[in-house]
Amino acid sequence: MGSRKSCAGSAAPAVLLAIVILLLVGSTLYFHIAKTWWFPPAITPVGHQIDQQFFATFVVTGIVFVLAQLALAWMVFKYRDRGQKARFVRGNHMLEVIWTTATLVIFVGLGVMAAHAWGEVHFGGPAPGALQVEVTGVQFVWNFRYPGPDGKFGRIDPKDIDASTGNPLGLDSNDPASKDDIVSGDLYLPVNRPIELMLRSQDVIHSFFVRELRIKQDTVPGLVIPVHFTVTKIGNYEITCNQLCGLGHYHMHAMLHVLSDADFQQWEQKQEAQNAQ
Amino acid sequence: MSSHATTVHHSEAPKGWLRHYIFSLDHKIIGTQYILLGLSAVTIGVILSVIMRIHLAWPNVHIWGFANGVVSPEDYLRVITMHGTLMVFFVLTTVPQSGFGNYFLPIQIGAPDMAFPTINMLSFWVTFLAMIVLVSSAFVPGGSAISGWTSYAPLSAVGVIAGPGQGLGQTLWIVSIALFCGASLMSAINFLGTTIDLRTKGLSLMRMPLTVWGWFITACLALLAFGVLLAACILLLLDRLAMTSFFIPSGDMVSGVLLNHAGGSPLLWQHLFWFFGHPEVYIAILPGMGIISHVLSTFSRKPVFGYRAMVYSLSAIGFLSFMVWGHHMFISGMSPYSGLAFSILTLVIGVPSAIKTFNWLGTLWGARIQFTSAMLFAIGFVSVFVTGGLSGIFLAQPALDLYLHDTYYVIGHFHLIMGVAAIFAMFAATYYWFPKMFGHMMNETLGKIHFWTTFVGVYCIFMPMHYLGYAGDPRRYASIESVHYLFALQPVYKFISIAAFITAAAQLFFYFNFFWSIKHGKPAEANPWHATTLEWSVPTPVPHDNFAGHYPTVYRGPYEYSVPGAADDFVPQHLAPEQVAKA
Amino acid sequence: MPHTSATEELEILGAGGGAKPPADLDGGGDDSTHGRSGMPQRIYVTGITIGMAGILMFFMAFVSAFIVRKGVGSDWHAFPMPRILWLNTLILLASSVTIVRARHFFARDDREGFRHWWTVTTFLGFLFLAGQLIAWRQMVASGFYLATNASSSFFYVLTAAHGLHLLGGIVALAYVGRGKLRRLTLATATEVASLYWHFMDGLWVFLFLLLLLGR
Repeated sequence: MGSRKSCAGSAAPAVLLAIVILLLVGSTLYFHIAKTWWFPPAITPVGHQIDQQFFATFVVTGIVFVLAQLALAWMVFKYRDRGQKARFVRGNHMLEVIWTTATLVIFVGLGVMAAHAWGEVHFGGPAPGALQVEVTGVQFVWNFRYPGPDGKFGRIDPKDIDASTGNPLGLDSNDPASKDDIVSGDLYLPVNRPIELMLRSQDVIHSFFVRELRIKQDTVPGLVIPVHFTVTKIGNYEITCNQLCGLGHYHMHAMLHVLSDADFQQWEQKQEAQNAQ
Repeated sequence: MSSHATTVHHSEAPKGWLRHYIFSLDHKIIGTQYILLGLSAVTIGVILSVIMRIHLAWPNVHIWGFANGVVSPEDYLRVITMHGTLMVFFVLTTVPQSGFGNYFLPIQIGAPDMAFPTINMLSFWVTFLAMIVLVSSAFVPGGSAISGWTSYAPLSAVGVIAGPGQGLGQTLWIVSIALFCGASLMSAINFLGTTIDLRTKGLSLMRMPLTVWGWFITACLALLAFGVLLAACILLLLDRLAMTSFFIPSGDMVSGVLLNHAGGSPLLWQHLFWFFGHPEVYIAILPGMGIISHVLSTFSRKPVFGYRAMVYSLSAIGFLSFMVWGHHMFISGMSPYSGLAFSILTLVIGVPSAIKTFNWLGTLWGARIQFTSAMLFAIGFVSVFVTGGLSGIFLAQPALDLYLHDTYYVIGHFHLIMGVAAIFAMFAATYYWFPKMFGHMMNETLGKIHFWTTFVGVYCIFMPMHYLGYAGDPRRYASIESVHYLFALQPVYKFISIAAFITAAAQLFFYFNFFWSIKHGKPAEANPWHATTLEWSVPTPVPHDNFAGHYPTVYRGPYEYSVPGAADDFVPQHLAPEQVAKA
Repeated sequence: MPHTSATEELEILGAGGGAKPPADLDGGGDDSTHGRSGMPQRIYVTGITIGMAGILMFFMAFVSAFIVRKGVGSDWHAFPMPRILWLNTLILLASSVTIVRARHFFARDDREGFRHWWTVTTFLGFLFLAGQLIAWRQMVASGFYLATNASSSFFYVLTAAHGLHLLGGIVALAYVGRGKLRRLTLATATEVASLYWHFMDGLWVFLFLLLLLGR
């Protein structure tokens, strides 16, 4: 009985636990409400939908988090050994049914609510008239290709890939459609216009991520994966690689420039002119 | 048993140091060997994580052991790969199951040993060999692999042109894991066969301790999952060494070299890996859940609340764990419709885990709580499991995963469950069973210091990682110098790192307590916790065949504490009705 | 919260177990249930059944990879099925018949008959493996190597994996045929070995059909 006696009756562990849990709950709530380290504002309509879904999930899980942690702290305090007899209870069938059903409804409900935003990104295609841009990841740079005035992407032949001669994508010079293709190291997009990105990779799996778009998509060699969205705010945003791709994964970085229609056309014309030379 | 003249399982241990300690067939020795193996792996793993945290918070600080003292990007990736591989496989998959399970499963079910002792010994030594092969990969030309513990193709499939460490280092990684798969399959057969066939008289399924249920369901998962990983490893090895194209597509151009492979699917690796990988993380936590139920009940002096619900939820988690692997692949390029299906199933698998949490709280309700070190870690487990589990609800929704995938949010989530909760369960198991294993008590003061520093420390380390995730901080970045929006996170990095150093240092209390108490701890009685299950009915040290030839009969369930009408506040499973002292 | 009823209290304290005893390690005065290890013989049947489930998952992983790879790649070209495979399949099927026959003689205590047919089975197993090697040579002769295309890759992987597992089965058959067993009784050993053997046979038929129809 020796080791048990020394633990009986002491409120210290219970009080300490309550303090730690209160600090945990308090700090978690604080940093979430103060948004000290937080998402940047969304710049796409689907981004706003995602933010709403995040908020709904945060409220639900936040309530559960606070209640569960406080319940734990309270039980541990209230039922510490003070010489009482423990209650011999095997369980409660009704409670099991209630909390199982409630949890199932809440969890699956959140999932069903989130399906809409997911569908916005991935089900169906972009609006007609979308600007198509091809995004290619390769260790450790991003390349962006525009179809140019002919509106067609030229053929790519891996054998022609040679970054040192200015053909990082391997545009096939035998294909007339490739002559006017614009290749850029940064992504330029017009505001308020439907965009379709065609995501590719030359070597290993990379992942295209722009925080403000709320869009992330792995680029897989052998696949061309489309994502579509419309950007609603002019600005400059960072593109990072989000799938371990080797040594230089941490500096595989590019910029997204969202321009007004006029500025975007100006940029396009400049690129076409450079191409022609 | 006692009537047979010649038995391999004689009451006496084999003579000879080699057969007694090294190539022992005794499940208790083998369990101890696994625990020590896990302890070595976790020590290396923690050192590696400390190196990571030094480098991330103070990138220019020189660290001993690295060329020019600097952690290069490839060094960093080698460190995270080795850290993840060691921790997931050689700590979380070994210690809770093959370590404590090997030691205590036979005793808790009233058996003399595991069903297949030779296979048991073999599974340990193959695991040991696997660890040697893995660690040796750090010392070969090119160094160890840099593709993470998940080893995605084509990065892991194309060889050294994809990066340093991807030559011999990656090959050795695959060989090590393949060996580990074989050992795990053997171990699973043992656990299942033992639980099915060797339960003593009166021990029906619904009278088994929840620890046994945890080990049993875990073994089911291991049996069905590790074969798949083994197959995947073989295919990956063939792509690397035999020019096949299972995972490497056509036209793959790596570092200026156009590869001669054609038609393979990088996603195929992910499907195979995660079909194993998701059950794997449940393999890491299920034994822990069983142990926590067990410890909470013992030190609440109350039956587990909802024993049947606990059994059903363990089973449901096990069953569903094979249907949710796609939630690791929402962003992978897999069909978005599959993504939705996996999402709903993932949210459904959250339900049995929630049920368990409610039942743990129910066990504490109306209890008489004794704050032993084991109990403190069990209580801490519940807190950490709630936190880590709830962040999973965010990740289970692909719309939110669009942002959070492969950010520090994910690292925070899985560390709270695997790197904290599962470890807390192992600590609870250690403090709980140490007296039975070694005949001495661990020091309670040191145990409490260990608990409080660790409990506060792990929250300080892993909660901020969720905020890093909100800020969009990507995983597996060797440095944050290239991305502007990450600069503002440096203070958080420093905070996490300092918390990590303190928490890592606090584990020294545990190490010291563990090794010192083996000889110098207060001598332990046979049943110091006044617990009900069969391991506490045998003397300490446990006889070679566990029950000295007299196998118990079980008369009741495993958690009969504070039974009204009984004189003591516990009624052991093996006590015949007429022997139970009535109040 | 419902309290325990008086009857439940009684059950815990006094009335004794209502559960059936599932295992009986004290039991049996003869060797047939326990052999010389003290463990009940049925653990070996349980063990091999569980083992077969694990092995099945291993092969199912290859099969799913087969199906997926066939669907995505552009380099899936049929290879000519080595003709000896038909003969090999028959040989393996025959060996399942002979092992049943061997057990039949064992059950009737005819050790001579048992040993004869057990040896035939073992020999047929060897013959099958030799035939598989010939099948490989036939593949090579047709110009299909391991890395030629995805279809041929799977041919080699599946046949090699099956062959290695079958080799394990042959070793087990040979060991049991010797008759000098330590922990298992001969009855249990023949049951365990034959379960595994039929499994290898059935698995081969499945893989054979998969390759035949899916190549």
